[in-house]
Amino acid sequence: MNILIQLGLNFVLLSLLAVGGGTAVLPEMQSILYAHFGLDHTQFVHMYSIGQLAPGPNMLMVLMIGYQIAGLAGAGIVLLAFFLPSSILCFYVGRLWVRIGESPWRRAVQNALEPISVGLMASGVYAVGKASIVSPLTAGLALITLYLILRTKINPVIVILGSGLVATLITQFL
Amino acid sequence: MADKKSGANLWDIFLQFLIIGAISFGGGIIAYERILLVEKRKWLNADEFMAYLAISQTMPGLNSVNLAVLTGDFLRGVAGSVCAVLGLLLPGSAFILGIGILYSSNSNHPMANIILAGIAAAATGLLAAITYRIGGDHWRHMKSLAIVLATFVLMSLFKLSLLAVLAIMAPIALYLYRPGKSI
Repeated sequence: MNILIQLGLNFVLLSLLAVGGGTAVLPEMQSILYAHFGLDHTQFVHMYSIGQLAPGPNMLMVLMIGYQIAGLAGAGIVLLAFFLPSSILCFYVGRLWVRIGESPWRRAVQNALEPISVGLMASGVYAVGKASIVSPLTAGLALITLYLILRTKINPVIVILGSGLVATLITQFL
Repeated sequence: MADKKSGANLWDIFLQFLIIGAISFGGGIIAYERILLVEKRKWLNADEFMAYLAISQTMPGLNSVNLAVLTGDFLRGVAGSVCAVLGLLLPGSAFILGIGILYSSNSNHPMANIILAGIAAAATGLLAAITYRIGGDHWRHMKSLAIVLATFVLMSLFKLSLLAVLAIMAPIALYLYRPGKSI
Protein backbone atom coordinates (compact mmCIF):
# COMPACT_ATOMS: atom_id res chain seq x y z
CA MET A 1 0.00 0.00 0.00
CA ASN A 2 2.78 2.36 1.00
CA ILE A 3 4.62 1.86 -2.28
CA LEU A 4 1.45 2.73 -4.24
CA ILE A 5 1.08 6.05 -2.41
CA GLN A 6 4.75 6.86 -2.92
CA LEU A 7 4.48 5.92 -6.60
CA GLY A 8 1.37 8.04 -7.01
CA LEU A 9 2.83 11.12 -5.32
CA ASN A 10 6.01 10.99 -7.38
CA PHE A 11 4.10 10.75 -10.64
CA VAL A 12 1.72 13.56 -9.63
CA LEU A 13 4.76 15.78 -9.19
CA LEU A 14 6.23 14.65 -12.54
CA SER A 15 2.87 15.34 -14.21
CA LEU A 16 2.80 18.94 -12.99
CA LEU A 17 6.46 19.57 -13.83
CA ALA A 18 6.21 18.21 -17.38
CA VAL A 19 6.76 21.52 -19.13
CA GLY A 20 6.73 21.23 -22.89
CA GLY A 21 5.61 17.59 -22.86
CA GLY A 22 6.43 14.31 -21.20
CA THR A 23 9.98 13.86 -22.45
CA ALA A 24 11.10 16.84 -20.35
CA VAL A 25 10.68 14.74 -17.19
CA LEU A 26 12.63 11.69 -18.44
CA PRO A 27 15.88 12.37 -16.56
CA GLU A 28 14.03 13.19 -13.32
CA MET A 29 11.81 10.12 -13.72
CA GLN A 30 14.86 7.93 -14.27
CA SER A 31 16.61 9.15 -11.13
CA ILE A 32 13.47 8.97 -8.95
CA LEU A 33 12.74 5.42 -10.09
CA TYR A 34 16.32 4.38 -9.40
CA ALA A 35 16.59 6.07 -5.99
CA HIS A 36 13.16 5.17 -4.56
CA PHE A 37 12.00 2.09 -6.42
CA GLY A 38 15.21 0.28 -7.35
CA LEU A 39 14.51 0.34 -11.08
CA ASP A 40 17.91 0.30 -12.79
CA HIS A 41 18.77 2.54 -15.73
CA THR A 42 18.83 -0.30 -18.23
CA GLN A 43 15.32 -1.44 -17.31
CA PHE A 44 14.14 2.16 -17.50
CA VAL A 45 15.60 2.63 -20.96
CA HIS A 46 14.17 -0.69 -22.15
CA MET A 47 10.70 0.37 -21.05
CA TYR A 48 11.05 3.84 -22.50
CA SER A 49 12.13 2.32 -25.80
CA ILE A 50 9.33 -0.23 -25.97
CA GLY A 51 6.95 2.63 -25.25
CA GLN A 52 8.01 4.27 -28.50
CA LEU A 53 6.54 1.30 -30.38
CA ALA A 54 3.04 1.82 -28.97
CA PRO A 55 0.40 3.98 -30.64
CA GLY A 56 -0.89 7.03 -28.78
CA PRO A 57 1.00 9.49 -26.57
CA ASN A 58 4.63 8.39 -26.22
CA MET A 59 4.70 8.59 -22.41
CA LEU A 60 2.16 5.79 -21.95
CA MET A 61 5.23 3.72 -21.15
CA VAL A 62 4.79 4.92 -17.55
CA LEU A 63 2.13 2.19 -17.30
CA MET A 64 4.80 -0.41 -17.88
CA ILE A 65 6.92 1.13 -15.15
CA GLY A 66 3.97 1.11 -12.75
CA TYR A 67 3.30 -2.53 -13.62
CA GLN A 68 6.94 -3.53 -13.14
CA ILE A 69 7.08 -1.87 -9.70
CA ALA A 70 3.66 -2.71 -8.23
CA GLY A 71 1.65 -4.87 -10.64
CA LEU A 72 -1.71 -3.91 -12.11
CA ALA A 73 -2.54 -1.57 -9.21
CA GLY A 74 0.80 0.17 -9.84
CA ALA A 75 -0.02 0.60 -13.52
CA GLY A 76 -3.44 2.07 -12.67
CA ILE A 77 -2.05 4.45 -10.05
CA VAL A 78 0.72 5.67 -12.35
CA LEU A 79 -1.71 6.19 -15.24
CA LEU A 80 -3.98 8.36 -13.07
CA ALA A 81 -1.15 10.17 -11.30
CA PHE A 82 0.72 11.02 -14.49
CA PHE A 83 -2.19 12.06 -16.71
CA LEU A 84 -4.90 13.40 -14.37
CA PRO A 85 -3.22 16.34 -12.54
CA SER A 86 -1.84 18.05 -15.65
CA SER A 87 -5.15 17.44 -17.48
CA ILE A 88 -7.22 19.00 -14.67
CA LEU A 89 -4.87 21.96 -14.50
CA CYS A 90 -5.04 22.42 -18.27
CA PHE A 91 -8.85 22.13 -18.18
CA TYR A 92 -9.29 24.98 -15.70
CA VAL A 93 -6.54 27.20 -17.07
CA GLY A 94 -7.97 26.63 -20.55
CA ARG A 95 -11.40 27.87 -19.43
CA LEU A 96 -9.81 30.87 -17.75
CA TRP A 97 -7.83 31.68 -20.87
CA VAL A 98 -10.86 31.50 -23.12
CA ARG A 99 -12.67 33.89 -20.78
CA ILE A 100 -9.93 36.50 -20.41
CA GLY A 101 -8.74 36.19 -24.00
CA GLU A 102 -5.24 35.96 -25.42
CA SER A 103 -2.78 37.88 -23.24
CA PRO A 104 0.81 38.81 -24.11
CA TRP A 105 1.83 36.85 -21.01
CA ARG A 106 0.68 33.54 -22.46
CA ARG A 107 3.10 34.02 -25.36
CA ALA A 108 5.81 35.12 -22.90
CA VAL A 109 5.32 32.01 -20.75
CA GLN A 110 5.43 29.76 -23.81
CA ASN A 111 8.54 31.49 -25.18
CA ALA A 112 10.26 31.18 -21.81
CA LEU A 113 9.36 27.52 -21.27
CA GLU A 114 10.30 26.33 -24.77
CA PRO A 115 14.10 26.59 -24.42
CA ILE A 116 13.90 25.15 -20.89
CA SER A 117 11.99 22.19 -22.19
CA VAL A 118 14.50 21.72 -25.02
CA GLY A 119 17.29 21.75 -22.41
CA LEU A 120 15.42 19.14 -20.37
CA MET A 121 14.92 17.02 -23.48
CA ALA A 122 18.65 17.24 -24.14
CA SER A 123 19.18 15.98 -20.59
CA GLY A 124 16.77 13.18 -21.47
CA VAL A 125 18.90 12.24 -24.50
CA TYR A 126 21.97 12.25 -22.25
CA ALA A 127 20.29 10.11 -19.57
CA VAL A 128 18.82 7.61 -22.02
CA GLY A 129 22.03 7.58 -24.09
CA LYS A 130 24.23 6.79 -21.10
CA ALA A 131 22.19 3.66 -20.41
CA SER A 132 21.66 2.55 -24.00
CA ILE A 133 24.88 3.36 -25.85
CA VAL A 134 27.21 0.79 -24.37
CA SER A 135 29.10 -0.57 -27.40
CA PRO A 136 30.21 0.42 -30.91
CA LEU A 137 27.16 -1.46 -32.25
CA THR A 138 24.63 0.47 -30.15
CA ALA A 139 26.38 3.77 -30.93
CA GLY A 140 26.17 2.97 -34.64
CA LEU A 141 22.49 2.04 -34.44
CA ALA A 142 21.68 5.26 -32.54
CA LEU A 143 23.51 7.38 -35.14
CA ILE A 144 21.85 5.60 -38.08
CA THR A 145 18.44 6.16 -36.45
CA LEU A 146 19.22 9.84 -35.87
CA TYR A 147 20.15 10.19 -39.53
CA LEU A 148 17.10 8.31 -40.84
CA ILE A 149 14.62 10.25 -38.69
CA LEU A 150 16.08 13.63 -39.60
CA ARG A 151 16.62 12.94 -43.30
CA THR A 152 13.77 10.67 -44.34
CA LYS A 153 10.05 10.36 -43.69
CA ILE A 154 10.30 6.74 -42.58
CA ASN A 155 8.05 5.80 -39.62
CA PRO A 156 10.07 5.68 -36.35
CA VAL A 157 8.42 2.39 -35.37
CA ILE A 158 9.96 0.69 -38.41
CA VAL A 159 13.40 2.11 -37.63
CA ILE A 160 13.20 0.98 -33.98
CA LEU A 161 12.06 -2.54 -34.86
CA GLY A 162 14.69 -2.70 -37.63
CA SER A 163 17.36 -1.71 -35.14
CA GLY A 164 16.30 -4.53 -32.80
CA LEU A 165 16.48 -6.96 -35.73
CA VAL A 166 19.90 -5.72 -36.89
CA ALA A 167 21.30 -5.95 -33.35
CA THR A 168 20.06 -9.54 -33.12
CA LEU A 169 21.44 -10.58 -36.51
CA ILE A 170 24.84 -9.00 -35.92
CA THR A 171 25.20 -10.44 -32.43
CA GLN A 172 24.11 -13.91 -33.53
CA PHE A 173 25.97 -14.31 -36.78
CA LEU A 174 29.14 -12.21 -36.54
CA MET B 1 -14.62 30.69 -28.50
CA ALA B 2 -16.81 30.54 -25.41
CA ASP B 3 -19.95 29.21 -27.08
CA LYS B 4 -20.16 25.43 -27.06
CA LYS B 5 -20.85 23.67 -30.31
CA SER B 6 -23.68 21.27 -29.67
CA GLY B 7 -23.27 19.28 -32.88
CA ALA B 8 -20.72 16.81 -31.54
CA ASN B 9 -22.04 13.81 -29.67
CA LEU B 10 -20.02 12.25 -26.88
CA TRP B 11 -19.80 8.80 -28.44
CA ASP B 12 -18.43 10.31 -31.66
CA ILE B 13 -15.84 12.35 -29.72
CA PHE B 14 -14.71 9.19 -27.91
CA LEU B 15 -14.63 7.13 -31.10
CA GLN B 16 -12.71 9.70 -33.15
CA PHE B 17 -10.02 10.13 -30.46
CA LEU B 18 -9.94 6.34 -30.00
CA ILE B 19 -9.08 5.98 -33.69
CA ILE B 20 -6.22 8.48 -33.31
CA GLY B 21 -5.02 6.65 -30.18
CA ALA B 22 -4.97 3.38 -32.12
CA ILE B 23 -3.36 4.42 -35.41
CA SER B 24 -0.75 6.98 -34.31
CA PHE B 25 2.23 4.64 -34.36
CA GLY B 26 5.49 6.57 -34.32
CA GLY B 27 4.13 9.87 -33.03
CA GLY B 28 2.66 12.83 -34.88
CA ILE B 29 -0.52 12.85 -32.80
CA ILE B 30 -0.97 16.62 -33.03
CA ALA B 31 -1.18 16.30 -36.82
CA TYR B 32 -3.82 13.58 -36.54
CA GLU B 33 -5.77 15.73 -34.09
CA ARG B 34 -5.66 18.68 -36.46
CA ILE B 35 -6.96 16.56 -39.33
CA LEU B 36 -9.83 15.29 -37.15
CA LEU B 37 -10.80 18.62 -35.57
CA VAL B 38 -10.32 21.02 -38.46
CA GLU B 39 -10.80 18.93 -41.60
CA LYS B 40 -12.67 15.70 -40.91
CA ARG B 41 -15.33 16.86 -38.43
CA LYS B 42 -14.83 20.65 -38.76
CA TRP B 43 -15.36 21.03 -35.01
CA LEU B 44 -12.82 23.89 -34.90
CA ASN B 45 -11.60 26.41 -37.43
CA ALA B 46 -7.86 26.79 -38.04
CA ASP B 47 -7.55 29.79 -35.68
CA GLU B 48 -9.37 28.08 -32.83
CA PHE B 49 -7.14 25.05 -33.30
CA MET B 50 -3.98 27.18 -33.11
CA ALA B 51 -5.26 28.96 -29.98
CA TYR B 52 -5.92 25.66 -28.20
CA LEU B 53 -2.61 24.22 -29.39
CA ALA B 54 -0.81 27.23 -27.92
CA ILE B 55 -2.45 26.71 -24.52
CA SER B 56 -1.65 22.96 -24.71
CA GLN B 57 2.00 23.78 -25.28
CA THR B 58 2.12 26.31 -22.47
CA MET B 59 0.63 24.07 -19.80
CA PRO B 60 2.51 21.13 -18.24
CA GLY B 61 1.59 17.68 -19.48
CA LEU B 62 1.60 16.07 -22.89
CA ASN B 63 0.59 18.45 -25.65
CA SER B 64 -1.60 15.88 -27.41
CA VAL B 65 -3.45 15.04 -24.18
CA ASN B 66 -3.89 18.71 -23.21
CA LEU B 67 -5.29 19.41 -26.67
CA ALA B 68 -7.81 16.59 -26.21
CA VAL B 69 -8.79 18.05 -22.80
CA LEU B 70 -9.34 21.54 -24.22
CA THR B 71 -11.16 20.62 -27.41
CA GLY B 72 -13.30 18.02 -25.61
CA ASP B 73 -14.35 20.78 -23.18
CA PHE B 74 -15.00 23.18 -26.06
CA LEU B 75 -17.28 20.63 -27.73
CA ARG B 76 -19.18 19.12 -24.80
CA GLY B 77 -17.82 20.39 -21.46
CA VAL B 78 -16.37 18.05 -18.83
CA ALA B 79 -17.94 14.95 -20.41
CA GLY B 80 -16.40 15.87 -23.76
CA SER B 81 -12.95 16.22 -22.16
CA VAL B 82 -13.24 12.86 -20.45
CA CYS B 83 -14.39 11.11 -23.65
CA ALA B 84 -11.59 12.64 -25.74
CA VAL B 85 -8.81 11.78 -23.27
CA LEU B 86 -10.07 8.25 -22.59
CA GLY B 87 -10.30 7.58 -26.32
CA LEU B 88 -6.79 8.88 -26.92
CA LEU B 89 -5.18 6.89 -24.08
CA LEU B 90 -7.09 3.60 -24.23
CA PRO B 91 -5.49 1.79 -27.22
CA GLY B 92 -1.91 2.66 -26.29
CA SER B 93 -2.52 1.74 -22.65
CA ALA B 94 -3.80 -1.71 -23.61
CA PHE B 95 -0.81 -2.18 -25.94
CA ILE B 96 1.71 -1.06 -23.32
CA LEU B 97 0.16 -3.13 -20.56
CA GLY B 98 0.25 -6.24 -22.77
CA ILE B 99 3.92 -5.73 -23.55
CA GLY B 100 4.62 -4.78 -19.91
CA ILE B 101 3.31 -8.13 -18.73
CA LEU B 102 5.45 -9.94 -21.32
CA TYR B 103 8.51 -7.86 -20.41
CA SER B 104 8.17 -8.54 -16.68
CA SER B 105 8.14 -12.29 -17.27
CA ASN B 106 10.86 -12.44 -19.95
CA SER B 107 13.26 -9.59 -19.25
CA ASN B 108 16.17 -11.84 -18.38
CA HIS B 109 16.02 -13.91 -21.53
CA PRO B 110 19.37 -13.38 -23.33
CA MET B 111 17.75 -13.06 -26.76
CA ALA B 112 15.25 -10.50 -25.43
CA ASN B 113 18.13 -8.46 -24.03
CA ILE B 114 19.89 -8.29 -27.41
CA ILE B 115 16.72 -7.17 -29.17
CA LEU B 116 16.04 -4.61 -26.41
CA ALA B 117 19.59 -3.25 -26.68
CA GLY B 118 19.00 -2.57 -30.38
CA ILE B 119 15.60 -1.04 -29.72
CA ALA B 120 16.99 1.18 -26.93
CA ALA B 121 19.83 2.43 -29.14
CA ALA B 122 17.33 3.42 -31.83
CA ALA B 123 15.02 5.06 -29.27
CA THR B 124 17.96 7.21 -28.15
CA GLY B 125 18.62 8.23 -31.75
CA LEU B 126 14.92 9.00 -32.17
CA LEU B 127 14.82 11.14 -29.01
CA ALA B 128 17.92 13.02 -30.14
CA ALA B 129 16.31 13.68 -33.53
CA ILE B 130 13.05 14.88 -31.94
CA THR B 131 14.97 17.11 -29.52
CA TYR B 132 16.94 18.61 -32.39
CA ARG B 133 13.79 19.20 -34.43
CA ILE B 134 11.69 20.62 -31.56
CA GLY B 135 14.63 22.85 -30.66
CA GLY B 136 14.30 24.49 -34.08
CA ASP B 137 15.41 28.10 -33.92
CA HIS B 138 16.40 27.79 -30.27
CA TRP B 139 19.70 26.25 -31.44
CA ARG B 140 20.49 29.43 -33.36
CA HIS B 141 19.44 32.30 -31.09
CA MET B 142 22.01 33.20 -28.43
CA LYS B 143 19.40 33.92 -25.76
CA SER B 144 17.47 30.69 -26.10
CA LEU B 145 20.61 28.61 -26.66
CA ALA B 146 21.98 29.97 -23.37
CA ILE B 147 18.78 28.85 -21.58
CA VAL B 148 18.94 25.42 -23.26
CA LEU B 149 22.56 24.95 -22.18
CA ALA B 150 22.07 26.28 -18.63
CA THR B 151 19.08 23.95 -18.15
CA PHE B 152 21.08 20.98 -19.46
CA VAL B 153 24.07 21.74 -17.22
CA LEU B 154 21.92 22.16 -14.08
CA MET B 155 19.99 18.98 -14.79
CA SER B 156 22.63 16.60 -16.17
CA LEU B 157 25.96 17.85 -14.80
CA PHE B 158 25.01 19.48 -11.47
CA LYS B 159 22.29 16.83 -11.10
CA LEU B 160 19.79 19.17 -9.46
CA SER B 161 16.20 17.98 -9.11
CA LEU B 162 13.72 19.00 -11.79
CA LEU B 163 11.88 21.20 -9.29
CA ALA B 164 15.11 23.06 -8.46
CA VAL B 165 16.03 23.44 -12.14
CA LEU B 166 12.62 24.94 -12.91
CA ALA B 167 12.73 27.18 -9.83
CA ILE B 168 16.03 28.61 -11.08
CA MET B 169 15.42 28.70 -14.83
CA ALA B 170 11.74 29.64 -15.13
CA PRO B 171 12.03 33.11 -13.50
CA ILE B 172 15.19 33.89 -15.48
CA ALA B 173 13.62 32.80 -18.78
CA LEU B 174 10.34 34.56 -18.01
CA TYR B 175 12.25 37.77 -17.29
CA LEU B 176 14.20 37.46 -20.55
CA TYR B 177 11.01 36.80 -22.55
CA ARG B 178 8.67 39.18 -20.68
CA PRO B 179 6.03 40.85 -22.88
CA GLY B 180 7.59 43.49 -25.07
CA LYS B 181 10.90 41.62 -25.38
CA SER B 182 11.72 40.06 -28.72
CA ILE B 183 12.70 36.42 -29.15
